[in-house]
Amino acid sequence: MTPLITHTGIAVPLRRDNVDTDQLYPAQRILNAPQTRTGHADALMADWREDPDFVLNKPAYDGASVLVAGRDFGTGSSREWAVWALADYGFRVVLAPRFGDIFRGNTAENGLVAGEMSEADIEELWVWLEDAPGSRIEVDLERRTVRCGESRYDFGYPEHFRQRVMRGLDEIALTLEHAAEIKDFEARRRVTMPRVTDRAAR
Amino acid sequence: MPKTAADKIWDAHVVRTDDADRDLLYIDLHLLHEANTPVAFDNLRAKRRTVRRPELTLGTEDHVTPTIDTAQDLTGTVAGPFVASMRRNCAEFGIELYELGHASRGIVHVIGPELGLSQPGSTIVCCDSHTTTHGAMGALAFGIGTSQVEHVLATQTLPMTRMKNMRVTVEGELPAGVSAKDVALALIEKIGTAGGQGHVIEYQGSTIRAMSMEQRMTLCNMSIEAGARAGLVSPDEVTFAYLAGRRHVPTGEAFNAEKEHWAQFVSDPDAVFDREVRLDAGALSPRVTWGTNPGQTVPLNSVVPTPDSFTDPIERAAAERALAYMALEPGTAMGSIPVDAVFIGSCTNGRIEDLRQVAEIWRGRTVASGLQVHLSPGSEAVRRQAIDEGLDKVFAAAGVPLHAPGCSMCVAINGEVLAPGMRTASTNNRNFEGRQGPGVRTHVVSPAVAAATAVAGRLAAPCDLQLEG
Ligand code: SF4
Repeated sequence: MTPLITHTGIAVPLRRDNVDTDQLYPAQRILNAPQTRTGHADALMADWREDPDFVLNKPAYDGASVLVAGRDFGTGSSREWAVWALADYGFRVVLAPRFGDIFRGNTAENGLVAGEMSEADIEELWVWLEDAPGSRIEVDLERRTVRCGESRYDFGYPEHFRQRVMRGLDEIALTLEHAAEIKDFEARRRVTMPRVTDRAAR
Repeated sequence: MPKTAADKIWDAHVVRTDDADRDLLYIDLHLLHEANTPVAFDNLRAKRRTVRRPELTLGTEDHVTPTIDTAQDLTGTVAGPFVASMRRNCAEFGIELYELGHASRGIVHVIGPELGLSQPGSTIVCCDSHTTTHGAMGALAFGIGTSQVEHVLATQTLPMTRMKNMRVTVEGELPAGVSAKDVALALIEKIGTAGGQGHVIEYQGSTIRAMSMEQRMTLCNMSIEAGARAGLVSPDEVTFAYLAGRRHVPTGEAFNAEKEHWAQFVSDPDAVFDREVRLDAGALSPRVTWGTNPGQTVPLNSVVPTPDSFTDPIERAAAERALAYMALEPGTAMGSIPVDAVFIGSCTNGRIEDLRQVAEIWRGRTVASGLQVHLSPGSEAVRRQAIDEGLDKVFAAAGVPLHAPGCSMCVAINGEVLAPGMRTASTNNRNFEGRQGPGVRTHVVSPAVAAATAVAGRLAAPCDLQLEG
């Protein structure tokens, strides 16, 4: 995954709250989706994109890489496809007042930044982006700030996500460095804990 | 210091703490299903990693597999590649898999408790948001994404930030015809679909204590619909009685030792919760969703709300969109809304008790003509028990076949979909746009309401049927 420290790109105002992962990646699309992290751009918000007036279909936002959404973005199903589709479409950053927990947990591993901003700041960004469609936003992970035009806003982003995205770290490799501690834990673990394959218990 | 049950479980599973204050949690049980895992296994292989504890990992086929024609050859169908890669991956890494046709197969959240694998005090994860279901067993159970699946496969651990604690206290006796599903819907209506965010909800109170394990599972299942990371009920005698005799639960003296171990994972009486919510069971009635998220519900005996009744502009806009999608007019009596289909099943309400309730309502009645009714049990074990109890005959007499277990129309990716524009009353958990197929309009309800609706042909509670005679 490519490290990201600053990012500047065209931002799309998505004036909707509660964008659940079924909307981000309609379930029926999963059936014909490639079994890889890439190849999902077309599925992103596929039902909504059938409407020619939907914001992503407006030419001004072609090549967008920052999504500015309403509260509770990414709630619902755990499907990581939602994150893959956003990343594959070209989004590197999603800004919203609040995210679904599982969705947000899925983002960092895929190099997607999910930054939290207040509803008032999101509203200002929306107005600004609607007045000047195609405008660029500058996202700075070092400072956790967003700049558009002359205005600067802070966004919330947990430190562990920030470190991983900025350095492009592989979380599993980090955990495996502590294999000895995992082994120690396993030695202390109750031996009576069930094992799936323990047929003696049948 | 007094602790909550969730914190006790958490503390018992911390392998280490990193400098970003995240705990590396040991995972006792990792459940897999065929829809969400191929990428995780492919990455594992690409990085030359292996599955650390295959014996703590269990796979099942539930999401894309058929529940009607189970004898069909899946090669060439949409399910084919999913099932093929699941079987290949589980075989390669030595993971037990309950394939289509296996006697232990079922929806992932139904079989965990049923087999006695989901136990009090344990940590359970699955690449599915409704993993919260297993919290009913007194476990800390939560849904994860595919990258995290890969992490658990490779390390049997997961780095996590601690969850906050929310207590939902429900006191009193539930009125007749009101079930755990209605409690869940009332809670979500009260705190919102994001009300539980970052929290593990612990359900307490006399109403919860009086609930069967099946009802507790329904309640914990729906915790994710309130945005919570997890939901749980501290174990008690009901829990222990449910576990006794199940396949992975020890017997005799060893059972008593386990019981003693499990019993420590209850919240201390003076434990402090970050948030407290109270519900009065006696004030609840059967509920039904009118919109496109599970927070948009009303009592079945009331009307479709007007968007203007929401003061929050975002909620008002959401209500407008939802009513347009659902094709509903404000002010319409919920009980007058005709449906085209009824779906009974899912990990929320596909257990034996749910089926018994449906049978009780259907006994001596038939479902409305022209209605498409799909009934799918949560597992093979549930199906067998339903047949043993003769419920299948009641269903058949009512005009409904008992199908094979699976997620089926809960997520509608197994080929069993409703036509666009159809309206359905469903016992599943989500009424999102397109959840049960593109353009399908879902009303989430309890099994009792689903059963009564199937008879009436319109949204109805069992008591409405009695009135009609
Ligand atoms: S029944 Fe529905 S909610 Fe439950 S596991 Fe299957 S798809 Fe998910």
